[in-house]
Amino acid sequence: MSTLASTDVALAGFAAEVGTEGPVAVRGGGTRWNLGGVLTENARLVEVPSGIVDYQPAEMIVTVRAGTNTADLHASLAEHGQTCALPERGGTVGGAVAVGENRLDRLGRGSVRDAVLQVRYVSSEGDVVTGGGPVVKNVTGFNIPKLLTGSLGTLGLIAEVVLRTNPLPPVQRWLRAESVDPRDLRDVVLRPGAVLWDGTSSWILVEGHEADVDSEIERVATRADITSTDGPPELPPHRWRLSPSDASQADRFIDGSFVASIGVGTVWATTAQPVREPDPVAAQIVSRMKQLFDPSGRLNPGRSSWT
Amino acid sequence: MTTWWRRPSRPADPLIADLHDALAPDRVRNDGAERSLTSHDASVFDGGVSGPVCFPTTTGEVQAIMRIAERHDRAVVPRGAGTGLAGGAIPLGAPIVVCTGKMNNVVQIDLENRIAWVEPGVINLDLSKQLRPKGFHFAPDPSSQQVCTLGGNVANNSGGPHCLAYGVTDAHVLAIEVVLPDGQVAMLGGLEDEPDGLDLRGAFVGSEGTLGIATKIAVRLTPNPPAVRTMLLSFSSVRDAAQTVSDVIASGVVPAALEVMDQPMVTAIERYVGAGYPTDAAAVLLAEVEGLDAGVDIDVAHIDQIGRANNATEIRLAGSDEERAALWKGRKTAFGAVAQIAPDYYLHDTVVPRAKLADVLEQIYEIVDRHEVLVLNVFHAGDGNLHPLLVFDAREEGTLERVHAAGAEILRASLEAGGVLSGEHGIGVEKQQYMEELFGQADLDHQNRLRQAFDPACRANPGKVLPAGHSCADIQALRDVPTGVWG
Repeated sequence: MSTLASTDVALAGFAAEVGTEGPVAVRGGGTRWNLGGVLTENARLVEVPSGIVDYQPAEMIVTVRAGTNTADLHASLAEHGQTCALPERGGTVGGAVAVGENRLDRLGRGSVRDAVLQVRYVSSEGDVVTGGGPVVKNVTGFNIPKLLTGSLGTLGLIAEVVLRTNPLPPVQRWLRAESVDPRDLRDVVLRPGAVLWDGTSSWILVEGHEADVDSEIERVATRADITSTDGPPELPPHRWRLSPSDASQADRFIDGSFVASIGVGTVWATTAQPVREPDPVAAQIVSRMKQLFDPSGRLNPGRSSWT
Repeated sequence: MTTWWRRPSRPADPLIADLHDALAPDRVRNDGAERSLTSHDASVFDGGVSGPVCFPTTTGEVQAIMRIAERHDRAVVPRGAGTGLAGGAIPLGAPIVVCTGKMNNVVQIDLENRIAWVEPGVINLDLSKQLRPKGFHFAPDPSSQQVCTLGGNVANNSGGPHCLAYGVTDAHVLAIEVVLPDGQVAMLGGLEDEPDGLDLRGAFVGSEGTLGIATKIAVRLTPNPPAVRTMLLSFSSVRDAAQTVSDVIASGVVPAALEVMDQPMVTAIERYVGAGYPTDAAAVLLAEVEGLDAGVDIDVAHIDQIGRANNATEIRLAGSDEERAALWKGRKTAFGAVAQIAPDYYLHDTVVPRAKLADVLEQIYEIVDRHEVLVLNVFHAGDGNLHPLLVFDAREEGTLERVHAAGAEILRASLEAGGVLSGEHGIGVEKQQYMEELFGQADLDHQNRLRQAFDPACRANPGKVLPAGHSCADIQALRDVPTGVWG
C-alpha cells in the first residue's frame, strides 16, 4: 500500500462521476471559462468536491479540494496570518491551479506553479492519481504537479491540491509614484510585493517589518514624487505575457491603456496580445503528452493548453 | 612529395568513427581509464558500464551525438561533475556518456530581466562569484557548489541551505534549451512569467537526465541582501532544537537558513576545522536571517526568544563577517570532517513534516543502534529535509549490508511520518525500489507517461527513477551488458 494513496470518499465519488467514458469537464467559478478554447457541447459537466481538508499553519501547508472558493481559502489562511500564491479574484482553487495565473503581487507571494506541492486528479481512465507530496521540499520522481498546473484540465481533472502557504507581511503599503522610471523603483526596494506602471504613473507595494517599510519609503521618496494610495489601479481585461524588459517598454507597442507588472512581465491591456507561434518541438511534446494522458480526448474537449 | 604527418586512421568501431567525425577526435574518449572514471557518481552504489565518453562544446554537437546514438541504438547519459548521490549519472547498458564540462560559458548576464543564460557545464559557485560584484547571486547552494554544475543542478532540482527562503532550483530556472533524445532542439519555458502551454520546463527540472540534455539555461538572479545575521543556538536535546525550528517557522519568520547538526557531527567538525561549535551540546542550530537592517534585528530577537523558550543553553550572534564565515565554515566542511571517522559514508536524504523531525530523529538513532552503524546528522531543518550520514568501513565484512538495512528502515520511518523519499538528491538507482511504497501504480504510470512524451524510444538515461515494470526501467537487462559491446 502506498503512503500517498487517497482515502477520501469524496474524491472516490468524484472519480466515479467522471467515470471512464465520454467527454467530461469540471466548471469552477467560470472566471476564465473560455480560456484555451470553447468546451464542446456534448461534454458532461461534473461537480468537483470542495472544502479545506487539512490546514497546518505551523507546517505552512494546506490541503484543499478543488471546488473550494479561493476567497474562502484566503479567509481561512488569513485567520492564521497567512496567505498563498493563488489569486483572490474569486473562482475556485481547482480553476486557479488549472489556469495557473499568478497574482498581481506575484513578486511578494510567489507563483502558483511553485505553490502546488501535491496534486490529486482524476485521469482519463477514471482513476484518482497523486503527484508530488505533502511536504515543502521534494524531488521524489517526476514533477506531476508542475505538469498539471496551468494544463487547463486537459491532462486530468484536478480534485485536490496541497499548497504552500506564506506568512502575511506585518505591514503592506501601496504608493503611487510620478516622474520616475518604474525600473528604478524595482531596484531601490529590496523585495517589493508589486511594481506596476501604466506608461505614466507607477505603483509600488512596499511590505515587511514596519521599520523596514518606513526606510524603503524614504528611499523611494528621494527618487520620485510619491503619494499613499489604497491599492493598485484598475486592471484592463486582456493579459499579455511578456519578458520583464519588454513589459517595461509596453508603451512602444501596446495600443490603448495598459498596466504592466515591472520585474514580472505580465501586462494587462485593453487590447489582446497577438497569437504567438509555440516552439514547434515543444508543441510536439505537448501533443504527445495529451495523447498519453488522455488517449480518447475526453477531458475538457475543445480546449488546448496553448491559450 | 612525402608528408611526415599522417592523419590518424578512422577507428574501426563504426560508433566511435561516427563520434570522431561529429566531434574532434580528442573529445571522444574510449579508453578504459576514462570509461572507468565515468562509471560511478559520488554515491555508494556499484558503478555501471560506460560506453564512449564525449565532451561536446556546442548544442549542435550534442544533437549530433543524439542522432548517432539513435543510429547505433545506444542510450545516452548526461554527466556534469559526477557529484550526484543517488546514482543518477551511473551509466547502465554501456551508453554514450555526454560530459557537459566543456560547455561552461556564462553566455549573457541580463540585469534588466534579472537572468543569466548559462551553459550546463558552468560551476554553481563560479556563477555566483561572477554575479556578486553586480549585486546578485544564484540562490541554490548545494554542499557540492564548488564543483557541481548548473546542468547537474537542473537535472536534480538541487537545493542547499539557503533554499529555505528562496526555493530550490526549479524556482530559479526560467527557460531551458534542451536537446531531446531524438536530436531535436526545444526551448522549454521562457522569460515570461507564465509561458504558454504546459510547463515542460517544470517537468524537465529534476528529471535526472531522463528527458534530454539541457544545453542552455536561463537562471534567475537573486539580489544580495543588504543585511545578514547568523546565529548559533545550542541545545541539550535534539528535540528542543527541532521544536525551535518548528516554532520559528510557525511564528511567520522565514529565515534564509535553519541548519541543525547533532553532537556526533559537531564533534567531528570541531576535530576537523575547529569552527568554535560547543561539543557538549546535543544539537546546534545555525539560523540565518537576511533583509534590511531593522527587520533582521527584529527577526534575530524573535528567534532568540523562541530559542530561550525551548531551553537553549547558549545563543550566539555573529558580530562580524569573519564570525559569520567561521560559523558557516563548520557546516560547509561537515562532509570533509566525516572522512576522519571512517573511510566510507552513505548520505541519506528524506523529507518529513517539520513537526515530525524530532520523532523521526529518535527513530533514526534507534535504527542505527540496532544495526550497529554510526550516524551523524546534519540537515536542512527548516525544510524538514533530513540527511542522516551513516559512516562505516566497507572493508569490514557485512558492514555494507547493515548500512543498507538501516537505510531502508530510515526511509520507511520517513514515509510513515508522512514524508517523501528525497528532498534534493533524487531517486536515481538508489530509491527506485521504494517508489511503490510512496506512490500507487496509477501514480507511477502517469509519471511514466510524462517521461514517454519526451523520450518515446527510452534513449535518455534508461534504468533510472521509475521502478522495474515501467518502460525504460528494465534494470537487470541494462546491467547485463554483453562484453565487447563497445567493440
